[in-house]
Amino acid sequence: MSQTTTAPPVWEKPLLAIADQVRFMGSFFRNMFRSGFEWGEFIRQCYLIGYKSLSLCGITGFILGFVMTLQSEPTMKEFGAVSFVPAMVSISVIREIGPVIIALICAGKVASSIGAELGSMKVTEQIDAMEVSGASPMQYLVVTRILACTLMVPILTLMADALALAGGWVASNINQKVSWSVFFTKAFGSLIFSDLIPAFIKTIFFGFAIGFVGSYKGYNSDRGTESVGVAANSAVVSASLWVIVLDAIAVQLTSVFAYN
Amino acid sequence: MNSTKTRSQLADDKQTDLDTRSGQEWKIDRNEKVVEIQHLAKAFGKNKVLVDLNYDVYRGENLIVLGKSGTGKSVSIKCMVGMLQQDSGNVKVFGDEVSELDETGLRELRIKIGFLFQSGALYDSMTVYDNLAFPLTRVLKLKDKAEIDSRINEMLEGVGLANAVDKMPSDLSGGQRKRIGLARTLILKPEIMLYDEPTTGLDPITSREISQLIREMQKKYNISSIIITHDMECAKITGDRIIVMKEGEVVAEGQFDELANSSDAFVRSFFQPE
Repeated sequence: MSQTTTAPPVWEKPLLAIADQVRFMGSFFRNMFRSGFEWGEFIRQCYLIGYKSLSLCGITGFILGFVMTLQSEPTMKEFGAVSFVPAMVSISVIREIGPVIIALICAGKVASSIGAELGSMKVTEQIDAMEVSGASPMQYLVVTRILACTLMVPILTLMADALALAGGWVASNINQKVSWSVFFTKAFGSLIFSDLIPAFIKTIFFGFAIGFVGSYKGYNSDRGTESVGVAANSAVVSASLWVIVLDAIAVQLTSVFAYN
Repeated sequence: MNSTKTRSQLADDKQTDLDTRSGQEWKIDRNEKVVEIQHLAKAFGKNKVLVDLNYDVYRGENLIVLGKSGTGKSVSIKCMVGMLQQDSGNVKVFGDEVSELDETGLRELRIKIGFLFQSGALYDSMTVYDNLAFPLTRVLKLKDKAEIDSRINEMLEGVGLANAVDKMPSDLSGGQRKRIGLARTLILKPEIMLYDEPTTGLDPITSREISQLIREMQKKYNISSIIITHDMECAKITGDRIIVMKEGEVVAEGQFDELANSSDAFVRSFFQPE
């Protein structure tokens, strides 16, 4: 008797992937509240993710403000609105560009590093060894990395925002003398809490997404050495995409709740 | 099944063996099965790896598992620690069905079982000391530094690497990594050890040293072990009993010399390679 095999429906694979990620997130939250939090590893990860990214994020932030000011000044001058440059730079950097750029940089640097590290631990059976010894690799490896990202990305963003304003002030001084106090009075005078708070809150979600995606991709990588590269690459792509998607959601929510 | 001594004969043999090969005594208690594998089957997609696997391990015994690559040797021991779930059949460790254990039960079982991976699987971001301290502080929840230090020193001296305590895994040779991996596994004083190709990739001298170390540890701590290997010298040094697997089943069982002279060409080929 001939047997007919039916191909699995096209939606089966993406649905299984989503289910797997939900299960992974559930396991993360379960292990987060288990006794014996890994403070030592958490602090080490904060150092690796935060301190080791300071220079990259700082320089990027500074140049961001510097370039924005230089680029916008000529146009603003045409309209006789040069005095609005500090306000324009501060609002655009703090509300939107700063958090997104820093999150994308962290997606590239941190998510790939977490994906590659955990992927290589998987390939060399270190995660299996931890699991069969009775220890919890989720608690030691995943919880610490996701929480460190969730804490460090907002801090890096705040620092980068501050340096972007400094960069803006330096750029303003190239063409015309603007005092430090005037520049910052104008920059901060135009900001309101509904610019700062939603922007800060979304960086927490960006940090969580970066840590989660990096950990998930690394922890669930295949066994071959090639899979380490695949995990790192896929972590960057997915984390970047998540940052953009979360930003779009945050902008919508902010426009509904904060500005109405 | 082609074997000089059948499994039923071995199982019925209720005597307790006393081995005095090294002048020390350790017991192989054939009254107590620490591992029972019954009709175990496991497939990955359409690939049936284990078909009908049956074997037991007795208290204090070193069981060698031989077989071609892909016959499911590693799969069977991964089922014992709950890393893989069988499709059918039973895997009982200390009388408990592994697939029925909850998370806590599985964690408790894993503390009693040591698993030495082929690569040693040392945590490469930690020193040797931290590698050995990890299971003590995370699994046994030890806090007393003096006790932790004492256990680590004892283990490192046991594997002959007391001076490697501050080294990183990347500074160790393949043989040293295996020794440290063994020390990290034994530090929890497991009752059962699972060795996945412990001498693969090592030179003959280091392989012999690792094999002798496995034997010493068995005698010192009265450990029951399952040793998957393709290294016949390792099998000879460490094995109390050998099983040969083919296509997901056990096809022969016996002592080293018995199987080496088996009438089955497939079994004999492991012992007398052309």
